[in-house]
Amino acid sequence: MSTPILEMRNITKEFPGVKALNNVSFRVAAGEIHCLVGENGAGKSTLMKVLSGVYPHGSYSGEILFGGQVQTFRNIRDSEHVGIAIIYQELALIPEMTVYENIFLGNEIRRGPTIDWNETIKRATQALQKVRLNVNPATKVKDLGVGKQQLIEIAKALSRDVKLLILDEPTSALNEDDSENLLSLLRDLREHGVTCIMISHKLKEVLAIADTITVLRDGQTICTLDAQGGQVSEGVLIKHMVGREIDNIYPKRERQRSGEVVLDVANWSAYDPALGRNVLKDVSFNVRRGEIVGLAGLMGSGRTELALSIFGNPDGYRVDGRITLKGRPCHFTHPQAAIAAGVAYVTEDRKGDGLILIQDIKQNITLANLRGIAQRGVINANAEVKVAEDYRTSLNIKTPSIEQRVGNLSGGNQQKVSLGKWLFVKPDLLILDEPTRGIDVGAKYEIYTLMTRLVQQGLSIIMISSELPEVLGMSDRVYIVSSGRITGELPIEEATQERIMQLATN
Amino acid sequence: MSSVADSSKVGAPSFVANLQKVLQQNIREYGMFVALFVIMAIFTITTNGIFISSRNISNLINQTGYIAVLAVGMTLVIVIRHIDLSVGFLSGFLGALAAIAMANPEVIEGGLNLPAVVVIPMILVLGILTGLITAFLVAQLGIPAFVATLAGWLGYRGALQLVTARTGTIIIADETFNALSNGFIPDIFAPDTGPLPGVHKLTLILGVLAIILINVSQINDRRKKQAYGFEVLSNDIFILKLVFISALTAGITWIMAGYNGLSWTVVIVLGVVIVYDFVTSQTVLGRHIYAVGGNPEAAQLSGVNIKTITYVVFCSMGMLSALSGILYASRFKSATTTAGNLFELEAIAAAFIGGVSPAGGIGKVIGSIVGALVMGSLSSGMNLMGIDISLQYIVKAAVLAVAVIFDVATRNRGR
Ligand SMILES: Nc1ncnc2c1ncn2[C@@H]1O[C@H](COP(=O)(O)OP(=O)(O)OP(=O)(O)O)[C@@H](O)[C@H]1O
Ligand SMILES: [Mg+2]
Repeated sequence: MSTPILEMRNITKEFPGVKALNNVSFRVAAGEIHCLVGENGAGKSTLMKVLSGVYPHGSYSGEILFGGQVQTFRNIRDSEHVGIAIIYQELALIPEMTVYENIFLGNEIRRGPTIDWNETIKRATQALQKVRLNVNPATKVKDLGVGKQQLIEIAKALSRDVKLLILDEPTSALNEDDSENLLSLLRDLREHGVTCIMISHKLKEVLAIADTITVLRDGQTICTLDAQGGQVSEGVLIKHMVGREIDNIYPKRERQRSGEVVLDVANWSAYDPALGRNVLKDVSFNVRRGEIVGLAGLMGSGRTELALSIFGNPDGYRVDGRITLKGRPCHFTHPQAAIAAGVAYVTEDRKGDGLILIQDIKQNITLANLRGIAQRGVINANAEVKVAEDYRTSLNIKTPSIEQRVGNLSGGNQQKVSLGKWLFVKPDLLILDEPTRGIDVGAKYEIYTLMTRLVQQGLSIIMISSELPEVLGMSDRVYIVSSGRITGELPIEEATQERIMQLATN
Repeated sequence: MSSVADSSKVGAPSFVANLQKVLQQNIREYGMFVALFVIMAIFTITTNGIFISSRNISNLINQTGYIAVLAVGMTLVIVIRHIDLSVGFLSGFLGALAAIAMANPEVIEGGLNLPAVVVIPMILVLGILTGLITAFLVAQLGIPAFVATLAGWLGYRGALQLVTARTGTIIIADETFNALSNGFIPDIFAPDTGPLPGVHKLTLILGVLAIILINVSQINDRRKKQAYGFEVLSNDIFILKLVFISALTAGITWIMAGYNGLSWTVVIVLGVVIVYDFVTSQTVLGRHIYAVGGNPEAAQLSGVNIKTITYVVFCSMGMLSALSGILYASRFKSATTTAGNLFELEAIAAAFIGGVSPAGGIGKVIGSIVGALVMGSLSSGMNLMGIDISLQYIVKAAVLAVAVIFDVATRNRGR
């Protein structure tokens, strides 16, 4: 290993009831791409927050050496000062501001007391070139897709002359093209001497890009692997991450497509008054009992809109068409009605509209079905704890207590809480929107096993997913959605990545 | 001698450690009570005990009542991320309507000569109706609550002046009505007879009943939890808690019983607090309210009807504004042209001192009541000390700021 640019020694960080990091040591060589992998709650994000000063010096024990010097960051500013930039999974851009304003936010170029806008725009343009993003710097950030926003975050970091760039699950919300683009940009940056630490649950991309991989488990460093030359395989990584081997991540089951039709959607269209256009056009599809139906497509193709418009239409689209649930025509005007009819929808954005981060695990799990633990409107607190404990065990949610605030959980464990919440509704039809986003392999396997068990019990599942292997591995049938239309239906035997991509992009 | 000291030492560390842990985990909750206690202790010392005298405490509570009930309603409004600026003049306006309804038509134009038992429910219903209007503007038309209720602030102020323009202050003659903020519950014995002359016996009895009830329910609760196998407070801490609560209740009862006993205001405020605390902490409705405040989108997707919740919360606010107006009019046995001025801000301050988060989703009814009592104690104590009103405002400003700083600090620590 060449000279390390970063060395973290014996880092221990505790939260009330949790030892998130237990004597972790971590070395990053100058100019490499170093990937950090591990199960949900292993401590990856916490380690990076310690490094970047989110958790100030003194709130953890251990030592940080950056560029050969001991660092005692009191806040993010301090770490930025020495050339460390961190990009969180939740993007920190201001949607109403322009690209150039965002890039220089907190780092404004001044001339005397005022901001030098001309210079700002000039330098923003340069920064955008560095990330090979071809947009007008005067565009508002809210008008750009997630992939481009991600690049703007990087441009922002580059504009500050960054030496070490940290990315926490940068590709989890990106489609394949954008991910590929991002990875090649990281390689580019490496050529220019920028060191990179990337956290990811997508092992394929980790193997494709990493020079070195460090595996964390339960707050401890398990090993650091040299990934150059391709000696490391996915299997090896998984074994280090979860402590056991998983041969086939998609559990085997009888394919099911003879049950009666549970949901039938016909000629379904939706007009979004906020956008002023049709988000769904003449969509027809059905789901049978005990079946997993995959909805594949690119990001923004209208799959989430389809799910929402069926699930009580909370965004107030003007809808048209017919929905038949279990043989009965229905028209839900509020999610309440959809839930009462046995439909559950696990949102794709668990932080934004899935969970109540300031409330604890048990309150989140019971929220959608409070009547299930209440008598005449009065909640039975003990029954509530019981329910929450059950889901904590069955979903293997890693937490010291069900009274932990959901905002304090690691991303993957939040997803499990979200799942628990909707399973407690005891639905007949479960709509999962990107169910394994940000989830580690072990937990993915658990969720797939759970899905399998549920459909065997007679539940029907609609799975929206942008990960093609997952669509192919889990579905009985696949519908492909493109620009608000269904452009194809494939039984699983005929579905291949190529066919799906072809239908998704036409 | 030395062996006694030793044996107590053996048990001590775990008890102290336990206590420390419990206190740390609940610092925000206990902090408010401690603050109130400290403030009361300071004033007791600086006024040579006059502050804590039965008479003064009784007065203090009667004066705080009409803000306290507003603070309860405001807590829920802020929890669902709204605000209500109209409640002050609304309370004044509804108080004036109550006065007119009870007035003799020969003295006051429009007077209806109705008895208090008819007028009070009527005014409460009117309060609920005004809440419907606010909720309609906010939930149905999507007008920000700040603006909608600012309009209400102007409107009710005008309405109050309109109905009192001709007559100015309207005197209330109805004794039942005036007793609400000036009267006390009757005693079973005539005063100065029976045991303990000069002490209100029924109040004592009620106090003892309350202590028994609290202890029994706490013990039951703990048993149930244990039966489910849940974690409970350790034995010694639990006993300490019971002793503390009992002593506190006993102390309060003793002070109240020393001067005419429980006032009707105390009974009313206690009733409101018990009902609201129960609803917010134990019911589906309460959970829905906090869910809407915590994350409206998530709540909606979980089947919570945000509009319904908004209606419920603003209607409750309207009703409590009416109650506040009734208590205030009753306190001064009259309705005036400026009644209710600045009540809304006092209620909001009480709620924030009590730990309500302006970001929504966090805040307890009990906290806001304590907040109201803190503000009330400051006024009462500083008045007794003869401190200038301008200084009083500055002291209150400092207390509000400190409370919120404490809030932010303790909340971030848990992150
Ligand atoms: N503010 C906090 N308060 C309490 N516990 C916390 C806090 N932040 C993190 N934790 C806990 O520390 C552990 C490590 O969390 P961390 O977010 O670092 O995991 P992660 O490896 O990034 O997981 P994921 O892949 O799911 O994002 C988890 O058990 C988590 O619940
Ligand atoms: Mg993480």
